[in-house]
Amino acid sequence: MIYWQIFLAFFIPGILGYGGGPASIPLVEKEVVDRYGWMDTQEFSEVLALGNSLPGPIATKMAGYVGYAEGGVLGAVVGLFGAVAPSLILMIALMAILFKYKDSREVKNISKVVKPVIAVLIGVMTLDFILTSEASLGGIQTAILMVASYLMLEKWKLHPALVIGLALLYGAVTGIFIA
Amino acid sequence: MVKEQGVKSIDLTMAFFRAGMLGFGGGPAVIPIMQRDVVDRYGWLTDEEYGDTIALSNTMPGPIATKLAGYIGYRVAGLRGCLIALAASIIPTVVLMILLLGILQNYKDVPWVANMSNAVVPVVAVMLGVLTWNFIQQSEKALGWSKAILLIVVSVILLEVLGIHPAFLIAGLILLVLVPFIKRTVKRT
Repeated sequence: MIYWQIFLAFFIPGILGYGGGPASIPLVEKEVVDRYGWMDTQEFSEVLALGNSLPGPIATKMAGYVGYAEGGVLGAVVGLFGAVAPSLILMIALMAILFKYKDSREVKNISKVVKPVIAVLIGVMTLDFILTSEASLGGIQTAILMVASYLMLEKWKLHPALVIGLALLYGAVTGIFIA
Repeated sequence: MVKEQGVKSIDLTMAFFRAGMLGFGGGPAVIPIMQRDVVDRYGWLTDEEYGDTIALSNTMPGPIATKLAGYIGYRVAGLRGCLIALAASIIPTVVLMILLLGILQNYKDVPWVANMSNAVVPVVAVMLGVLTWNFIQQSEKALGWSKAILLIVVSVILLEVLGIHPAFLIAGLILLVLVPFIKRTVKRT
């Protein structure tokens, strides 16, 4: 049942992703790439790259796109519902209670203890992406592109969309050159 | 909680459309943009209410921007507001995403187009690497180095060596944290 799978693939990251959209990315990858095999790491990274260069929340853009790719318009709606609805309904329903306990140590601790786990998940994903790139472009090009984009993003604070655009241009030019 | 105050659908649509379309860099980037509309322009919430809402949505899982949009929409205009705010902030960027990726898929067999998508992977790796480091720093700030490193090592072993699904690990940790809280609350009532 594809719609049920699409729902689960985004429901689980939505309900476990403490730390907002970015925290749920590795959880989405786990479902979409590892469990259901709808995409490989390379395709997933394309979706992520484009998602990062477009405006708006990243988790919902992924849910909408993957849902659409696997199940058409209804799939997109199901994916978005899975990503957004559970935590939103929880928030609206629990608002009164949460307000009362929002300064409680334990409630604050939840997002604290989950952070290291998310760090590990994203770290492993980073490694996956580096290995994928090494397999397709080779170590030297991968290293050059990584150093260059690190400098542009973190040191010179260029806009992510611009950096992705430059990488696409680099890929096109070197691609034509190879051909 | 809900204060129906004749908030216009068109205002809701515009406010959350802007938040979705101008928020480059994902959910967190949306927060100040949304504030400009929700607090400054339309006055649906006060600064303090907005701040509380953000603090609260941080204690809940799931994407921040949509939780904010859905909740604020619900609060100022009930279910209608919730649905309008969600649709306005999500649909435009999702449609854009589907269109652009569709174009890319169509030309996948052209070698230089395929190479374009190869070249993007290392850039995303860097973005994710930076994100990893952010989460490590946040862990350190919240828990201190010794606890943070302990949790990181335990996670690596459980997730990567033993292959346990992250859902079980995260749910287990949440339960562990909440046990004293539940005990206390039950005792009090």
